[in-house]
Amino acid sequence: MALSHAASRSNLLKPLVSGFSYSSSLRRSISSAADNSSSLTIETSVPFTAHKCDEPSRSVETNPKELLGFFRDMALMRRMEIAADSLYKAKLIRGFCHLYDGQEAVAVGMEAAITKKDAIITAYRDHCTFLGRGGTLLEIFAELMGRQAGCSRGKGGSMHFYKKDACFYGGHGIVGAQVPLGCGVAFAQKYSKDETVTFALYGDGAANQGQLFEALNISALWDLPVILVCENNHYGMGTAEWRAAKSPAYYKRGDYVPGLKVDGMDALAVKQACKFAKEHALKNGPIILEMDTYRYHGHSMSDPGSTYRTRDEISGVRQERDPIERIRKLIISYDLATEKELKDIEKEVRKEVDEAIAQAKENPLPDPSELFTNVYVKGFGTESFGADRKELRAVLP
Amino acid sequence: MVSILRRSPKLLSSICRRQFSASSDGNLTSHGGKSMNLYSAINQALHIALETDPRSYVFGEDVGFGGVFRCTTGLVDRYGKDRVFNTPLCEQGIVGFGIGLAAMGNRAIAEIQFADYIYPAFDQIVNEAAKFRYRSGNQFNCGGLTIRAPYGAVGHGGHYHSQSPEAFFCHVPGIKVVIPRSPYQAKGLLLSCIRDQNPVVFFEPKLLYRLAVEEVPEDDFMLPLSEAEVIREGSDITLVGWGAQLSVMEQACIDAEKDGISCELIDLRTLMPWDKETVEASVKKTGRLLISHEAPVTGGFGAEISASIVERCFLRLEAPVSRVCGLDTPFPLVFEPFYMPTKNKILDAIKATVKY
Ligand SMILES: Cc1ncc(C[n+]2csc(CCOP(=O)(O)OP(=O)(O)O)c2C)c(N)n1
Ligand SMILES: [Mg+2]
Repeated sequence: MALSHAASRSNLLKPLVSGFSYSSSLRRSISSAADNSSSLTIETSVPFTAHKCDEPSRSVETNPKELLGFFRDMALMRRMEIAADSLYKAKLIRGFCHLYDGQEAVAVGMEAAITKKDAIITAYRDHCTFLGRGGTLLEIFAELMGRQAGCSRGKGGSMHFYKKDACFYGGHGIVGAQVPLGCGVAFAQKYSKDETVTFALYGDGAANQGQLFEALNISALWDLPVILVCENNHYGMGTAEWRAAKSPAYYKRGDYVPGLKVDGMDALAVKQACKFAKEHALKNGPIILEMDTYRYHGHSMSDPGSTYRTRDEISGVRQERDPIERIRKLIISYDLATEKELKDIEKEVRKEVDEAIAQAKENPLPDPSELFTNVYVKGFGTESFGADRKELRAVLP
Repeated sequence: MVSILRRSPKLLSSICRRQFSASSDGNLTSHGGKSMNLYSAINQALHIALETDPRSYVFGEDVGFGGVFRCTTGLVDRYGKDRVFNTPLCEQGIVGFGIGLAAMGNRAIAEIQFADYIYPAFDQIVNEAAKFRYRSGNQFNCGGLTIRAPYGAVGHGGHYHSQSPEAFFCHVPGIKVVIPRSPYQAKGLLLSCIRDQNPVVFFEPKLLYRLAVEEVPEDDFMLPLSEAEVIREGSDITLVGWGAQLSVMEQACIDAEKDGISCELIDLRTLMPWDKETVEASVKKTGRLLISHEAPVTGGFGAEISASIVERCFLRLEAPVSRVCGLDTPFPLVFEPFYMPTKNKILDAIKATVKY
């Protein structure tokens, strides 16, 4: 059978910084840098690889404010995920919990290229995407702990974050299912002619689901303004990409749909690609962006993440490609802030996270009657009593 | 992933406190053999299936690594990766592939990682597997197909790691639905399912993978399909259930006994086609029936049992048939204890039915 494979061809390690263009070496203090929007041009360290389209330029326009913003946002995401890990171990978070640390550049780079009128839909690894859309830490931790102040009123948990006012369509548990949904959202966007697009995110494992191919076909057939973003972190649970995919070149898997392979550990490259993809999608219909990224944590909280990959591989990626370190180095090398100032930012976000957790812990659980609401438009109109009381029959509305 | 079995202590206490019983008199009888938990029993059954039939195959997401619940540990080392292999993440493809493999005269043993993820394969099961024999006038069949999937609540699994979808499949003539309650049952029933000449969906109670421990003979044995088992005899009321729910029901029986109510407890084991005779005989004796399952009450398999037994035992019934089941809501995250058919809910219903 065709099931035997050559040994893993791990190609995860690529240089962190190949060559910054040291065109402007300006010495600024953090505050003056922050209001300074003078533009910088930075070269991505890895070229884009294109399928059936031209690739965007490797020179990315940015400015000090944006870079410091990237640093802060990613540091916050990282801290938040580490805190979620501890809360899970303390049994304050129950259910399934999938962390995003390592992949932060995808969330911040994408946001930098689009507006909150553009839609995002993703799978269960959704905490940071939600934060990127403008969600608050309290909403996040409260939802993780199943409290009233959570973004889904405590009824969804880790895998089900949503934010309607920022066009974040969530938070989906069934692998691959969110992608055709994204096509439907994009169809509605096209109809309303407001020049918005949908980013539908999925993993390298999800890329093998039949629904993906259905979504590709209909989005191309109907010229939908949808960007299929494959967050390739190289594993679907314990399965390395090459064990599950005949062709792990996910950006090419749309065949007739153009695609772009992007260094997903480089927020600037992600930004450039998303900007390019949005323009493309509005003009020509769907495009695939394969984000080459990495998750540091195991798949979910019960996976130590070390049985199917080596510790060397993980620490190698941390050292060579970490998205936060990349931006830190850029900021330092352009003299936009000092090491100490960046450390202070990290302390600040730590405090923010701790405060949000304290607040979330004080927040009450949803009222038990919520068990029966939102099943249909009208609630069931029943009350529930404690687990040890005889059940009440729910009456259909 | 297996850590989801660390259920909240309050909910689990009733199950942990006692030995798991598998015998007809409610005591732990010795079947001989090694004491083992449910996932090891499944693992042993799979070993035997592969060992005894060179045309048997095990496949599914991550099964080559032992699977999320360790049920397929060691199989690939023993039987090779041509017979035990990982599939991509594609449930519809997994089952469709299994149907074709089985149609060529092989035993295709497919794993769906969680019963919650069987829905992408629903079409293949309902439209392809179930009707293959019928619509080809018996030229083709996929009787060698067995689909294993862990089902049920574990304490905090939330919406997509907790569901009990058995009733959907009981609505499909052409497939069998089997659910074991203990390690011994799991091994014997799984081997029967694998060797049965009809496609079978075999739901494994994931709560019990590690929790339930009993003696299981090491050798190759099978337990009959479509035969319910009376696991506790009684005279006042008949309780019918399957899988993990039986241990909850058994606790309720023990508590009811303290109040002088004698309960008969039946493990249906095969839900489709089910053993009406055993349930009927019991209800004719007790005059009362209670059914309990985790799946939502409306349209659950309890409804079918209730209707059939009312048809057969109408004049012998002393009270309406009682159903203590999951509520008609999605499986909740924070409200699991409210949703579940707990021991006390069952106990209340036993008393109300006996007093009716
Ligand atoms: C239909 C379905 N099958 C299986 C699962 C179990 N499952 C959850 S995540 C996952 C792996 C997905 O990997 P990938 O798409 O690469 O996303 P990542 O977790 O790496 O972000 C699996 C098998 C599921 N949630 N839904
Ligand atoms: Mg992945």
